[in-house]
Order: sequence, then C-alpha cells, then structure tokens
Amino acid sequence: MAQFFAYVQHADGVIEDTAAELAAAAKAMGADSVTAIVTGSGVDAAASAAGEFFNEVYKIDNADLAYPNAEVVRKAVAAVVPAGSVVLMSHGTFAMDMGPGLSIKTNAAYIADVTGIDGVDGTTLKVVRTELGGNISTHVNADIANGAVITLRPGAVEPAAGGVGGAVADKSGEAGDLSAKRKFIEVVTPEAGGVDITKAEVLVSIGRGIEEEDNIELAMELKEAIGSKAEVSCSRPIVDAKWLEPARQVGTSGKTVKPNVYLALGISGSFQHLGGIKGGIIIAVNKNPNAPIFQAADYGIEADILEFIPALTEKINDL
Amino acid sequence: MEILVCVKNVPDTGEEEIELDGNDLDYDELTYVVNEWDNYAVEEAIQIADKVGGNVTVITVGNEDADEVLRREMAMGAGNAIHLEDEAFEKSDAKGVATILKAAVDKGKYDLILTGAQADAGYGAVGGMLAAMLDYPYASLVNKIEVGSGKLTVGREIEGGNTEMNEIELPCVLSIQTGINEPRYVGIKGIKQVSGVDIPKFAASDLGLDESSVGEEGAIVKRQDYFIPEAGEGAEMLEGSDDEIIAKLIEILKANGGL
Ligand SMILES: Cc1cc2nc3c(=O)[nH]c(=O)nc-3n(C[C@H](O)[C@H](O)[C@H](O)COP(=O)(O)OP(=O)(O)OC[C@H]3O[C@@H](n4cnc5c(N)ncnc54)[C@H](O)[C@@H]3O)c2cc1C
Ligand SMILES: Cc1cc2nc3c(=O)[nH]c(=O)nc-3n(C[C@H](O)[C@H](O)[C@H](O)COP(=O)(O)OP(=O)(O)OC[C@H]3O[C@@H](n4cnc5c(N)ncnc54)[C@H](O)[C@@H]3O)c2cc1C
Repeated sequence: MAQFFAYVQHADGVIEDTAAELAAAAKAMGADSVTAIVTGSGVDAAASAAGEFFNEVYKIDNADLAYPNAEVVRKAVAAVVPAGSVVLMSHGTFAMDMGPGLSIKTNAAYIADVTGIDGVDGTTLKVVRTELGGNISTHVNADIANGAVITLRPGAVEPAAGGVGGAVADKSGEAGDLSAKRKFIEVVTPEAGGVDITKAEVLVSIGRGIEEEDNIELAMELKEAIGSKAEVSCSRPIVDAKWLEPARQVGTSGKTVKPNVYLALGISGSFQHLGGIKGGIIIAVNKNPNAPIFQAADYGIEADILEFIPALTEKINDL
Repeated sequence: MEILVCVKNVPDTGEEEIELDGNDLDYDELTYVVNEWDNYAVEEAIQIADKVGGNVTVITVGNEDADEVLRREMAMGAGNAIHLEDEAFEKSDAKGVATILKAAVDKGKYDLILTGAQADAGYGAVGGMLAAMLDYPYASLVNKIEVGSGKLTVGREIEGGNTEMNEIELPCVLSIQTGINEPRYVGIKGIKQVSGVDIPKFAASDLGLDESSVGEEGAIVKRQDYFIPEAGEGAEMLEGSDDEIIAKLIEILKANGGL
C-alpha cells in the first residue's frame, strides 16, 4: 500500500480548513494512516494544528520556505516523500502551481481537481472529476502503482473529524537543495475603493450569458428596480472583457459575498465562481437545464435572461 | 526572444447544451474552437515580440482538425506554426501531451514557452509538466509579464484578487490566465490570408518518440466516460407561464429579504 501524504497550507499559524478534507479523501482512497506535510519558516503552530487531523506531521522549517513559492516547496516535498507515495493537495492556485511539476519529479500520476472518490481497486484509483468548465462529469481511472499527486476540489468531500493527535517529526534536515530559478518578490493587493458588492443584500449577478456589453444595462435596470439594497456583480469573463470593473467579480479570484439573495443570471456555476458565494439563497436563471449552477442554486428558472431580466424588472417596477 | 505558445483545439461549450451519445460526447453536435486561455497566451506572446523583438511560434498536438486552430492563431499574428500529429498521440493524458511537446521543444530553441492556465479537460497540467521535464522554472496563472534581461518579472493570480510577484529566469514556462490582455479580433480576411501557408507536421518518429510513452499506451490517467450528474438536491425549478414564474420569484424575493 502506498504511503499517503497531504500538503497542508497555512497562514499565521492557522491551517486551512481544506486540511480536514484532504485527510478524509485519503481515507476514502483506503489510507490507514496519513502524514501531513507542513512547510514554512517558524511553523510549529501550524504543524501541531495539523496533528489534529493527521497521524503524523512532517515539518520542514527553512527560511527559504517562508513564502510558499511552489518551485521551492516542490523540491522540499519531493525530497521527503518516498517513491510511490500519494500526495494530496487542495485544488487552488498553489496546487496548480506545484502539482504538475511534482508529479513529473516524483514520476507519479497527476489527477487534478477531483470532485469525488470511488475507491481503489488494486493499483487503480477511481475518481470523479469534471470537464468543459464543470458542464460535464467523468469517471477517471489512474494507475497509482508509482504513486500519485492528486488535487482535491475544495468542498468536494466531507471534512474528517479531528482529535487524531499525530506527532510532529522534524524533516527540515532532509529538504536538500532549495535553490530555484524563480524568486518570490511580494504579494500585491488590489486597490480599495469603488463599489463594494460585499455589503449588498441583493446581488444581481451576470455571467457570459449576457452576451453583449450593451446588455449590461438590463442588469443595471433590474438593480435600480430593486433599489438601494441591490448591487450588480458578475462572473469573471465579464471582468476579463472589461465590461465591468474587477471589484464586481464574485469568486475565488474575486470577492466573497454573503447577500440575502444572489441572482445568478447566465452564469454556468463553475466552482471558482461558487467559491465566492458564502451565504443567502441562490436563484439561477439559465437557458441550459443541465447547467451546473442548478446543482448549487436553491431555486432555478430555465429561461433566456435577455427576455427574463426586462420582464422581471417591469413587474418589480409595477409593484 | 523566441516564444513558443502551446494551443489546443477544444469543444465550444459556451452556447449550446452538451449532448451525450451514450457515455461519450456526441461529437457530431460539437464545434471546436481554440481554448479560451490560449488566445490570451498568443496575444501576450505577440505583444512581447512586438516590444522586444523576436518570433512567435504556435504549436499543437492534435488531429487534422487542429490545423484550423493553428491558422487562427497565425491570423492573430503568430509567424510560425507546428502541428504534431500522429495516431499514436491519440488518447494521451496530460503527461503524454507534455512528453510530445517536450520532444518538439528539444528540436528548437525557445526562450519563453507559454501555455494556457487550463483547457477543456481542466487539469491545468501540461505547462507545469513540460517545465519539469525541461528543468525550466515555471509559474502558473500569470496575469502580468515584464521583460528584463535574461529574466522576467511576472505576476501570478492568487486567491482573492491578489497578485504574487515573482522574478523568473529565462528560459522558462508560464501558464497564462485570462484577463492578462485583450486578445485581438480575428476576421475572416485574416484567416484567408494564412489559409495557404504550409504548416510543418511532425509524427512520433520525426520527434524520436517512443510510441509506448504517449497515447493510450502511455496514459496512466484515463477517462472512462462522460456523464451528467443526477439533479439530486439541486434547485427547485420554478415552472409555469412567464407571468407565473415571475410572480413566484417575486414572492421568494420578498420572503428572503430581497424586496
Ligand atoms: C484560477 C482560476 C480562477 C478563477 N476565478 C474565477 C472567479 O473568481 N470568478 C468567476 O466567475 N470565474 C473564475 N474563473 C473562471 C471560471 O472557471 C469560469 O470560466 C467562469 O466562472 C465562467 O463564467 P460564466 O459562468 O459567466 O460563463 P460560462 O461558463 O460561459 O457560462 C455562461 C452560461 O450562460 C448560459 N447562457 C448563455 N446565454 C444565455 C441566455 N441568453 N440566457 C440564459 N442563459 C444563458 C449558458 O447556458 C451558460 O451556462 C477562474 C478560473 C481559474 C482557472
Ligand atoms: C487528439 C487527442 C485525443 C485525446 N483523447 C483523449 C481520450 O479519448 N481520453 C482521455 O482521457 N484523454 C484524451 N486526450 C487527452 C486530454 O484531452 C488532454 O489533452 C489532457 O488530459 C490535458 O488536457 P487539459 O485540457 O486538462 O490540458 P491543460 O493541462 O489544462 O492545458 C493547459 C494548456 O496546455 C496546453 N495544451 C494542452 N493540451 C495541448 C495540446 N493537445 N496541444 C498543445 N498544447 C496543449 C495549452 O496551452 C493549454 O492551454 C486527448 C488528447 C488529444 C490531443
């Protein structure tokens, strides 16, 4: 049986919630015991916190790891995991940076953005994932005889219960050469100011289904009809097209919102978009009855938004 | 600067509902387009070459239909194209695709290799794998590039709209995130202009590739099927005439503090 590891991300001594999901995922793959890997500079607090969910914790403490530069962390992780191991990570911008290269350097299978685990049969790991922007699901089999690097979609599995009490083993001496041709400089945060969609009680949120820049006006009119508690937000393609400003983007690379009501209009429901909606009821309007947004929404309407939005605006104005 | 941009021909899923034929896609119902992310990568490459000089080459691993994608990117302004085509390449997993691309990279000399941050299958893997195979540094989800001497300053998009700035030595591989630029429009006229261009093709043997390391034989990660998940605990769908649906919706808005 392969050895199972989970790379645990942390900030300010606090481990990410996804750590418990990684522990649960490893169990679903048949792991008896799972080892957390915690890297950084001065990581005792994070390492002992990881012991809550894992049977053992490898701590790699090194000034070169102070910021998680994937090119450096990859070397450290590759140095401490034995050949044939399964390494789990939470699918986010760090895992996307480190995972593919780690799989090559450890000669392991790479399976990204796993949404479900069906189990292990011999050396065949069976998982579920999505393709085509989440619009379709697939069963995937991977031969993990030589190990695997697996990234798990956040929220895809129920987190494991804590209380495991794994001990911390200091592996700092085994990290080896941590030089890299990519150097971290700084993290730049976007300028504050402008519209604040996080305060709105109702979000009129539009996606690529709005089709043309001129149609943004339809969403603005609906917002006006609802009144001061409403604001217009959007999915990423609308910001990429520069039709609306970045401060209006909802999602993992945009804002996290908790309105009373989230109206998702012509939004397919990618996990990166849904990752930014943390509360309230979601009402989705989409012309595709199989759009993944209907899995996540509380209420759904199959309609063409270009007709539906003006009709709704008119009715609200008549109230 | 010699820039290579990896591009992929993918099903267009923006408009139409995806149709299944049993447990596979209904390929007759699909139209193909260049992967959204790859257009941003090509645009970025062209802008860099315009600024500091150099050439842009687009490359794809794909069947004969992928020719169209290469021509589209040439119409955008890429000067050269390379088509890697062989039956033996079919059903490659991401590692297989990276292995094929690596063999082609070894035959040229590139300072900068760009990929999209992800494509239709959503692995976001080919760029990082290719970099590791070449022992080049890699940065994913790049949304900003400044060219320095022998190195680049790049911004990586991380969670919450933040940007992680890095310095990366050339040669390197970067995966490009949408929004980094505004890809130029390609008209029919532009496509016509490149329709006669001879695009070099290479098969496994031309690249010195062991066929068993790529394609279905080499794949360690294999898709078994396609399926549409059960609606399950999905949304309660509002039905009825348009007026009835809107009336129900207004009630729901009122009940939940929306109006
Ligand atoms: C690292 C990373 C971070 C990302 N971060 C974010 C993020 O923060 N936020 C975000 O939103 N995305 C993010 N994305 C992009 C994300 O993966 C999706 O590409 C994006 O969310 C899709 O936006 P969409 O739903 O508007 O467009 P699409 O997926 O194209 O969906 C459009 C929908 O509109 C429907 N439609 C079309 N026309 C009509 C009509 N007339 N009437 C009704 N319905 C119609 C279609 O059926 C479809 O469901 C990120 C991606 C990556 C790789
Ligand atoms: C002809 C062909 C047939 C295939 N058939 C199957 C099949 O039947 N079953 C199966 O499981 N898999 C199959 N695959 C493999 C699969 O579709 C993907 O190529 C692989 O899993 C990685 O895809 P991705 O979309 O996740 O790429 P990502 O890693 O997300 O792509 C990121 C970037 O890598 C580059 N890139 C990716 N693919 C290519 C390419 N082909 N050429 C040039 N650059 C590329 C692009 O810049 C892209 O933006 C096939 C691939 C090809 C080329």
